[in-house]
Amino acid sequence: MADTTTSTDAAARARRETIRKGLGRRHLTEKLFRGFGIGAILIALGLVGTLFWMVISKGYPAFTQANATLEVYFDPEILSFDPAPVRGAGQSDADYRAAHLGWQRAVTMANWNRIVENAVVNAAPQGFEIGSREALALIDAGERHRLRDMFVANPNLLGQRVSVDMLASANTDNWLKGTIDRNLPDARQQLAASTRQLADMMLENGTIEFRFAWHIFTNVDSRAAPAAAGLAGAFVGSLYMMLVVIVLAVPIGVASAIYLEEFAPKNRLTDLIEVNINNLAAVPSIVFGLLGAAVFIRYFGLPLSAPIVGGLVLTLMTLPTIIIATRSSLRAVPPSLRQAALGLGASKTQMVFHHVLPITFPGILTATIIGVAQALGETAPLLLIGMNAFVAAIPATPFDQSSALPVQIYLWQGNENRNFFEARTSAAIMVLLGLMITLNAIAVILRQRLERRK
Amino acid sequence: MTTDTFSAGAPFAMSASPTAVPAEPVKETVRTIDPAANPARLRTDDVSVFYGDKQALFDVSIDIPEKSVSAFIGPSGCGKSTFLRCINRMNDTIEGCRVSGDITLDGENLYDPRLDVVELRARIGMVFQKPNPFPKSIFENVAYGPRIHGLAGNKADLEEIVESSLKKAGLFEEVKDRLHQPGTGLSGGQQQRLCIARAIAVGPEVILMDEPCSALDPIATAVIEELIDELRENYTIIIVTHSMQQAARVSQKTAFFHLGKLIEEGPTEEIFTNPREKRTQDYITGRIG
Repeated sequence: MADTTTSTDAAARARRETIRKGLGRRHLTEKLFRGFGIGAILIALGLVGTLFWMVISKGYPAFTQANATLEVYFDPEILSFDPAPVRGAGQSDADYRAAHLGWQRAVTMANWNRIVENAVVNAAPQGFEIGSREALALIDAGERHRLRDMFVANPNLLGQRVSVDMLASANTDNWLKGTIDRNLPDARQQLAASTRQLADMMLENGTIEFRFAWHIFTNVDSRAAPAAAGLAGAFVGSLYMMLVVIVLAVPIGVASAIYLEEFAPKNRLTDLIEVNINNLAAVPSIVFGLLGAAVFIRYFGLPLSAPIVGGLVLTLMTLPTIIIATRSSLRAVPPSLRQAALGLGASKTQMVFHHVLPITFPGILTATIIGVAQALGETAPLLLIGMNAFVAAIPATPFDQSSALPVQIYLWQGNENRNFFEARTSAAIMVLLGLMITLNAIAVILRQRLERRK
Repeated sequence: MTTDTFSAGAPFAMSASPTAVPAEPVKETVRTIDPAANPARLRTDDVSVFYGDKQALFDVSIDIPEKSVSAFIGPSGCGKSTFLRCINRMNDTIEGCRVSGDITLDGENLYDPRLDVVELRARIGMVFQKPNPFPKSIFENVAYGPRIHGLAGNKADLEEIVESSLKKAGLFEEVKDRLHQPGTGLSGGQQQRLCIARAIAVGPEVILMDEPCSALDPIATAVIEELIDELRENYTIIIVTHSMQQAARVSQKTAFFHLGKLIEEGPTEEIFTNPREKRTQDYITGRIG
């Protein structure tokens, strides 16, 4: 009896010894694995941090721009056209409109550059020598149109002196912000020496100030007047596309997912469909662009560069994402819930709409928002349907030509005035990222709210 | 449908069903009618179930007496739950599941293609192994069945149905102050009684219970067993259970299943005190299972 006890004791001790020997290695493996995990997360965080830091540090200067407050003299000598027509008694509508149009044409033909130039020269210190082209280069090219529009709206300005805030040109902005090397020789500078000197003087005496550049959000893209270029057209274009995606991809995607998951028989055909949906999710987005160009533009004759076509292409691209994510959230519904409903005599449709959908709703919502966010950031397919065209207008309908936010980034990135547009590109990236973060935050908040309600 | 009549205690020889897997000759099934039992409205004849090529249930024929509790016992995987799920056609929802034979309620074949399964499930309710209340309020849980079947004419009717169902399930006193709180917030036993109330609310004739107490503690189990005993006054109840003690406590009729076959059925007392089959004897004395 005692013998067996000692022998089992010895066996137990030996067993413990064996286990203990292996422990060191097991703990080491665990430590290593944890180390790898933490390392991977740190690297990922570092990369994301670097990305954000680079984008923000490059982009934030673009949100302030040099503005010059100049006294503009609407010189009657330069604006030497007839006064605005007054509607005479008995004059027909058409006649009056024609007369007014003729007057507007004359106003446009006037030398508005001269007005701007004079305003700059007047603001320069006494005796400062500057040529007319050099003076004009200080101010953004779009500002003469703004003066003209001011005048058309209020012809009484003729002969008056008005203080007007004018955008400095992109090159002036570069010079003052230091985005162009100040030590470069004259031949390699964008602005003449006199313009640079005047800009510095004006910044010092407060004629030129840096102000928040609201026009980035309100103006459309511009090549002639780069300082005034804005995102409004691209932003609205992207909104229209999102609208099309939400209106088309969400109902179609969710309905297909519900049908495939809850109603469709499991057979070879549905297997084939499932495999193909998964494959579609992996198709490069540029291929969808080709498809869109061939089908929507060539075959259906929809307009080029229009958000409706972009939206349709992005819908095709987003559908697999929404279907797959919706199906997986449907699959996560416990079978007991379905049985409970069926056992009570609910029909399959009642089971789905009364019980399954309400609890999968947060999941479907997240799937949708992720899909839409993905579509919002997509560029490649849009290039193939002509959305990389330069469009300087806010589209009134989804059928009008338009740009899109990611395409606008792509276009600005390739602009020849690198010094100026590098910051602008980053600013556009910030707007796009902000939109994405907002969308994702909405998804998270809605999800939490809906889950709490249960 | 034909209904077979039997003399008390007469053994009834079943012929092999043409769909049966021929590997094993089909055993004789003993069918007894207890002269003291209520008449049967629910009958099954030669019911076999196949999952794909695999046969899970072999030629089960049994009559379920009205307004009493019938218990199906047997070891895990013996087919008792599969058989229970045939009765309200819950097996329809399982891919590749095929049922042959006849199940009749008042002579009407439940597998008649013209029969609406939605109506059937309103007549034959079910309570599941794990309490599965809807993630909605207690009130909504009970009100759901009457609502989808259009049983309540107005709000007052509905409230009436909910209250009486909760009372019948012995839950009303415990939840009357929180009818609009989630049913998932109740304890396990309360949830199961809520599920019973939910089944009752539709006004079924038969209630199927698939191991209703297997997820509950002994006290909650005792409450449910007491409730089942009360319910048999108004409902025909079939309960599947692992626990022989439970079968002995609550049922009037017991059927013993083993390896997909109905081995023996009869009045509960007889099965537990004087089983005819050796396998039944072995199971209730704990030698198999």
